[in-house]
Amino acid sequence: MSAQSPLVQIQDLDIRFRLDRKSEPFHAVKGISFDIPQDATVALVGESGSGKSVSAMAILGLLPENAIVAPRSRILYGGRDLLRAPMREMQQIRGKELSVIFQEPMTSLNPVFPVGEQIGEVLRLHMGMGIRQAQARAVELLNEVGIPNPQLRVNSYPHEMSGGQQQRVMIAMAIACEPKLLIADEPTTALDVTIQKQILDLIAALQERHRMSVLFITHDLGVVGEIADRVVVMQEGEIREQGTVDAIFRHPRDAYTKALLACRPRLDRRPMRLPVIDDFLKGEGRVHLEERRRGTSASDAIILEVKNLDKTFFLKEGLFGKRAVPAVKDVSFRLAKGKTLGVVGESGSGKTTVGLTVMRLHEATGGEVLFEGRNLLSLTEREMMAYRRRIQIIFQNPYASLNPRFTVGEILLEPMRIHGIGKDERERIDMALQLLRRVGLPEASFHKYPHEFSGGQRQRIAIARCLTMKPDVLICDESVSALDVSVQAQVLNLLQDLQDEYRLSYIFISHDLAVVKYISDRVMVMNDGVVVEMADSDEIYRNPQQEYTRRLLASIPKGLQRARELET
Amino acid sequence: MSAILDHPPAVAGHHSPGLWLLAWRRLRHDRVGMVSLVIVVFFLLLMTASYMGLVASDWSQEKGVSYANPSFLAGAENLEAKAMEQRAKAAKAPPVDLSDVDPLAPRYKEWEERAKKIAVTEVKRSETLPLGGDKWGRDVLKKAIKGSEVSIFVGLSSALLATLIGTVLGAFAGYWGGKVNDFLEWFYNIFTSIPYILLILAFAAVATSTGKFGKGIVPIVLVLSLTGWTGIYRLIRAEYIKHANREYVKAAQAIGASNNSRMFHHILPNVSHVALVQLSQYTVGFIKAEVILSFLGFGVPVDMVSWGTMLAEAQNELVIGKWWQLAAAGLSMAVLVTAFSLLTDSLRDALDPKLR
Repeated sequence: MSAQSPLVQIQDLDIRFRLDRKSEPFHAVKGISFDIPQDATVALVGESGSGKSVSAMAILGLLPENAIVAPRSRILYGGRDLLRAPMREMQQIRGKELSVIFQEPMTSLNPVFPVGEQIGEVLRLHMGMGIRQAQARAVELLNEVGIPNPQLRVNSYPHEMSGGQQQRVMIAMAIACEPKLLIADEPTTALDVTIQKQILDLIAALQERHRMSVLFITHDLGVVGEIADRVVVMQEGEIREQGTVDAIFRHPRDAYTKALLACRPRLDRRPMRLPVIDDFLKGEGRVHLEERRRGTSASDAIILEVKNLDKTFFLKEGLFGKRAVPAVKDVSFRLAKGKTLGVVGESGSGKTTVGLTVMRLHEATGGEVLFEGRNLLSLTEREMMAYRRRIQIIFQNPYASLNPRFTVGEILLEPMRIHGIGKDERERIDMALQLLRRVGLPEASFHKYPHEFSGGQRQRIAIARCLTMKPDVLICDESVSALDVSVQAQVLNLLQDLQDEYRLSYIFISHDLAVVKYISDRVMVMNDGVVVEMADSDEIYRNPQQEYTRRLLASIPKGLQRARELET
Repeated sequence: MSAILDHPPAVAGHHSPGLWLLAWRRLRHDRVGMVSLVIVVFFLLLMTASYMGLVASDWSQEKGVSYANPSFLAGAENLEAKAMEQRAKAAKAPPVDLSDVDPLAPRYKEWEERAKKIAVTEVKRSETLPLGGDKWGRDVLKKAIKGSEVSIFVGLSSALLATLIGTVLGAFAGYWGGKVNDFLEWFYNIFTSIPYILLILAFAAVATSTGKFGKGIVPIVLVLSLTGWTGIYRLIRAEYIKHANREYVKAAQAIGASNNSRMFHHILPNVSHVALVQLSQYTVGFIKAEVILSFLGFGVPVDMVSWGTMLAEAQNELVIGKWWQLAAAGLSMAVLVTAFSLLTDSLRDALDPKLR
């Protein structure tokens, strides 16, 4: 094989899934072709349902049984067609020459074996090493992926490691046999930004050192710029555009690529509304150039004031013992009417606990929550009912926060019935229908069930449910984090419109610094349950005072930013 | 807010298929499931017809000869019937002529004359019955049909009651946790620490001897359900622990839904597939348990018939080679139980939202 010929050639890959006997097979991948060159990183970018993961699994021969691959499709690797290779041969190649890292390290590692043993297993299987030799190599590998104290950690169990370390172990396993191609399927999506940065750096370094090829699958164009040489943009089973990373970022030709680049909130600008995919597909392009002004002033009316909030969880220990785990320590902030307070922090920083404690979904262990001057924490359950309505929450996962057995109508009517909003059932139904239209859903949704909607639509339903109670404060707990980039922009626009219209106050909790920057007037940075820093959002991004804030900001993927610097 | 509304309140009947309807559609594609459903429905219809007296109401009449052969075995020798016949003949024929010493002899004639005036019709007992007869010549087929009434009723109603108890207790333990959970767990452990048969027998002994639980099959239903709720309690409790922390329940709390509403309005529909599948498994189990109870003599009263009493009778008959009663009761039970189990499997597949 000459150095110029690509490592893997994917030719006219076409995959359908048989769903049941009656309906047409679902067309997941519609005849795509691209090459993975040797010693290079190719990023496969697309939103959910674009067929990017399916394509990667086809290379590994790991398609589910109901997949139908068209006879004309080819995946050429080292003179063989991987789609037609016998099973035994694929087992030989898989793990040795082609290896893979998955999104969730927690579920990809076997919890009952030490990590060293799991790495060793790969080595014994594919490299024919003995136990002792494999163990020694496992230590080397852990060292290479940057796990401190590898001699000791080799005997650790997965649960004794953090998420980032687990992902490092997965990477160690994947590179154990010096693969020619490493497939990384959203390897950083489940990780915090600071960890994401470290893992991306690690993959890039390993790629260079081992001269292997990497197929990097992601939904986030932002991380692509950091590591990829070539980019393939997919949408609904088709390739929209492919080219070098510079070409894609600087001169995107396809409207969809342009939209993907523009939909992400950016750190340097804050348009009145975020551009959405439709703007580009209709060919209108950048329509919202007007900048939105953010920030707070001393004269703002304060609607919610939190003073020295404490929340400690108690874990059972032994038969009678308890162990205190402080989640939130001495948090104070003020929320102005019609403004947004962004709360950022990594997982375990206590940002979600603050939200849940403020609305008494958790009982606080100390402090005060003053809502229009009344301390919510000292109210009885009955007195609280009147205030329940006025502080509402939108959860992260729209698939989990709607009861799957209720129709949308029931979901919207229930809170109105509980709080006696509306004169009678007829008026409530009217209001529900009106709200559905307000959040951009057809009235016919009223009788449908949540499972018939996409993630973005479900989040709109959740927003409509909150609006039925005409709340004053809306807590958005990672409300757009689980959504695709383009849908994220739509939901953020909706939230912004609602704020402008009803003067809602938001507590916007997120790990995504760009989103927080876009939507917030004031930003509170949390770490380990305490407030690290709080300032107006432009101020904090321009001039962070604390080391931790600086570190957070430094870990925002620069790829997109770099491209934009070039572009402007 | 509603002032600007000019739309009719209910959007014209555009109802989406609910999860139940979807489950039914999935079930309809499942051939095994549908066949099982047909069999189960057939048994239920038969049971209802028998309860209403449309079929097998005359099950206790002695229609055939003792141990009448099944009609497909008409030619087989029936020693018991012959023996009975001979005994009957022997009873009729006066063994010795005592007329010369009997002081009443002159009057015999007169009595015979009188007896002739009273019509005595002796029913001709048939030699064969569709599925054979039992010791007293009762039709085994009719017994099996009548027996299904008790067996299925006991199975279904005790399963329903046990599911109800288990679900409510499980919901409380799982939802509230803490002290409630501790208490219920202790209670549950008491039940599971006693060997099952022993527990049933203890309950049955109390129920039948005191007579406080009524008569007939009610005590059996109570005994089975009061001892059998533990399995479903465990499952429902686990589901509730899982669901109580789900976001949709938190969301319900956030809109101000009460604890009861969250427990039974929000969570219950989402765990009902567990309860339903467990219900059908219990039905199968309790049909078998009733058989065991009747077999041991704690079951239905003697003036009733169930598959269990049929099996209990069959153990004596088998020794003399009369297998049809065992076959009729055993087969009906096997067919129903198998169909019910398969239906349960299909139901679980059709109802599990995760499998969609």
